[in-house]
Amino acid sequence: MAEQGDLKQVTRSGPGRLLIAVYGIFVIAATARSAVQIATHFGRAPLAYVLSAVAAVIYIVALVCLVKGSRTSRRIAMISCAVELVGVLVVGTVSLFAPQLFPDATVWSFYGRGYGFVPVVLPILGLWWIRATARHEVAG
Amino acid sequence: MVEVLATVLTYASLAVALWGVVLVVANRRFALNRPYGLALAGAVLLLELGLLVQMVAGLVNVFSTDRNVATGTFIGYLVGPVLIVPLAAVWAAAERSRWGSAVLVIGCLTVPVLILRLRQIWDGHG
Repeated sequence: MAEQGDLKQVTRSGPGRLLIAVYGIFVIAATARSAVQIATHFGRAPLAYVLSAVAAVIYIVALVCLVKGSRTSRRIAMISCAVELVGVLVVGTVSLFAPQLFPDATVWSFYGRGYGFVPVVLPILGLWWIRATARHEVAG
Repeated sequence: MVEVLATVLTYASLAVALWGVVLVVANRRFALNRPYGLALAGAVLLLELGLLVQMVAGLVNVFSTDRNVATGTFIGYLVGPVLIVPLAAVWAAAERSRWGSAVLVIGCLTVPVLILRLRQIWDGHG
């Protein structure tokens, strides 16, 4: 039987420590990018900029929930990783086949090519890490 | 844009990252109670000081230049590494395995990328 404190420790240790660090970098990148886009030239590509903001919020949720490392927050982190994965796949595909919808880039355009494709790998690693450490969750 | 400083910071961050890679390979954590960890922390501190100088110089430059620079974006890329490096260092030092060193590597590797973007924005094609 693991304690809640152990689960937190396990979630943010080892590979989890690196995963959270990368999420932190993406929170800064996505938040700053969308803040500048929306504040300075929102009219140029509203859809892309709203998506940038949505991506930023999802990264923030995943980061906070992974850092918190409770059973509930891990569940929320799992959902946000799943939404993130769907988002990057959908936006990536749309930006590939209908680029006119995205006159300016988002974090997820072309499957996150502008960010070394990390945006498509990160949610997969997040889901894997939560699964890999799931045995530390207290039953019931 | 201070070209010399940008170049120095690029190589300094790569050197710190390389040091971190050595620790990862040697299965060492970013230990502040060991000489190799303390020296690394000192290098990170110097890197951070350099990034702060770059930020101040960059802010002065961007508000005094006649060039057509995307000011908001430029400021974002000036402030980004100033935040990322110390946060990565603190987060790395709290880890008791080699993964802490890996965090420092990733944090430092963002610096050359951000400086590259800074250059592109300064040159007007960011």
